[in-house]
Amino acid sequence: MSGSSAWHVAEARLRNMWKWKRAIIFYGLGGPLLYLTSIGLGVGALVDQHNGAAGMQGVPYLMFLAPALLAAASIQGAQDEVTFPTLAGFIWSKLFFAQAATSLSPRQIANGVLIASAVRAVFTTITYWLVLRVFGAVDTASALPLILSGLLAGMCFATVMLWVAAHVKNDDGFFAIVGRFVITPMFLFSGTFYPLQPLPLSVQWIGWLSPLWHATEIGRALSFGAGVHAQLFAVHVAFLALMGSAGLLLAHRQFERRLTA
Amino acid sequence: MIRAQGLTKRYGDFTAVDSIDFAVRRGESFGLLGPNGAGKSTTMRMIAATTRRSSGELEILGKDPNRSGPEIRAHLGVVPQEGNLDTELTCAENLYIYGRYFGLARGYLKLKVEELLAFAQLEEKRDVKVDELSGGMKRRLTIARALVNEPEVLLLDEPTTGLDPQARHILWDRLFRLREQGVTLVTTTHFMDEAEQLCERLMVMDRGRIMAEGSPQQLIREHSTREVLELRFGSQRNAEVAAAIADVGSYQEALPDRILVYAEDGEQALREILSRGFDPLTSLVRRSSLEDVFLRLTGRTLVDE
Repeated sequence: MSGSSAWHVAEARLRNMWKWKRAIIFYGLGGPLLYLTSIGLGVGALVDQHNGAAGMQGVPYLMFLAPALLAAASIQGAQDEVTFPTLAGFIWSKLFFAQAATSLSPRQIANGVLIASAVRAVFTTITYWLVLRVFGAVDTASALPLILSGLLAGMCFATVMLWVAAHVKNDDGFFAIVGRFVITPMFLFSGTFYPLQPLPLSVQWIGWLSPLWHATEIGRALSFGAGVHAQLFAVHVAFLALMGSAGLLLAHRQFERRLTA
Repeated sequence: MIRAQGLTKRYGDFTAVDSIDFAVRRGESFGLLGPNGAGKSTTMRMIAATTRRSSGELEILGKDPNRSGPEIRAHLGVVPQEGNLDTELTCAENLYIYGRYFGLARGYLKLKVEELLAFAQLEEKRDVKVDELSGGMKRRLTIARALVNEPEVLLLDEPTTGLDPQARHILWDRLFRLREQGVTLVTTTHFMDEAEQLCERLMVMDRGRIMAEGSPQQLIREHSTREVLELRFGSQRNAEVAAAIADVGSYQEALPDRILVYAEDGEQALREILSRGFDPLTSLVRRSSLEDVFLRLTGRTLVDE
């Protein structure tokens, strides 16, 4: 009868997310609409006017921006679906302890949360791409590369956040700290709005450690053929693969520790 | 069903459960009795295969929980002390989702959920969110939830703590029915009456150790007298009087608010004390209870008042 799997945890998570569907759709559409209108069109007009036919890495600014914005939105959505349920599961509702009393293993519980956050990331990236397409910022061929690189960014970050959130014993200020010291700097210094290279090394390192930068570079290379060296491209992929697996491994260990203490 | 030998749990320097031995048979109703912090809940979590033991041997349903946790848990029902129902879901959804965690089929659960709602007497609350239930209803729902996988052993950690008398009696009635159906029950409690009501066999715990073991009647026979005489002389005089009547009955316990005289015949002990010229404010002869056993074994009352 021990037919438990991570999918059963994900099923419960998705049922819970369904209750928040309006908020999720609102953010899914609202985010891209705001960014594309203000920065994409506004700043884009300025940049394109200034750069002329050369564009940004040879393409209109909005196209340059698209992979980064999409990956950033994916990261935000996935991390929401990882941190809130994890804090709730360990602290607020203690749901994880109820799950751990069934034939589920701690590892399956962690995986279930990740699966549900992946569903959210898929929704976010597809929605974002559709809005980009409506804005005329991207062509149809860009769908797969952009959605994949966005998903990659979101899920790599999600595994790490799962590990971090599983340590939290007192949630005072947790979201404020993550927002101010992780998400915002990452968003600003990951080559999101302009290439990373002009930045001084003292802040460039933020980009090197950021899944957003690596995923964005992959997205740019694949969607409009931005000039990324093959070796550097491999580094981007390897970095994300490493980050995702390390996060997953550590999250599993922390879930096991906390649910069998 | 359950067999423990030298079972120990340490948290850093603190030993919560200190090398205990016990066994629970199939169909038995077994109780862990002791004050808060005695190690009951920790023992319970080890039996539930959710807390790993520090040392010793533990076998549940013939398996080692360190190796076969999920397989063991598939056949256990757990009612935790701390409510962990999903408060955003309705009663029926809570039962259904919990069943899914066990990997149970949707078709099976559709029927099972209705059956369990009836068992918990919550049919009318079927589609009500858990937030809106009373404490007693939540506890009944938690018990129903623990039965979704038709467990062989049901583990109840302080099942009626915080409930009013009426809610407790409804709950006990439900647990009686389970016993009749042959479910093995393991209950922790610090309530005497609950232990006497629910448990055929008890293990008295204090500070991580087992102080005594046996049926409630057996424990009372071995560790107490048939009757107890309770005397109150006012808080200033209790100690002084206790010294003067130390030879009456088998032994005494002088508590801050009263003196307990343990005797086979309480009335006779009372007559003897009155004949010596002592005049208690109140006196009461009652039968010995598990509370007296605990006091005798540990020198402390179960519920610190």
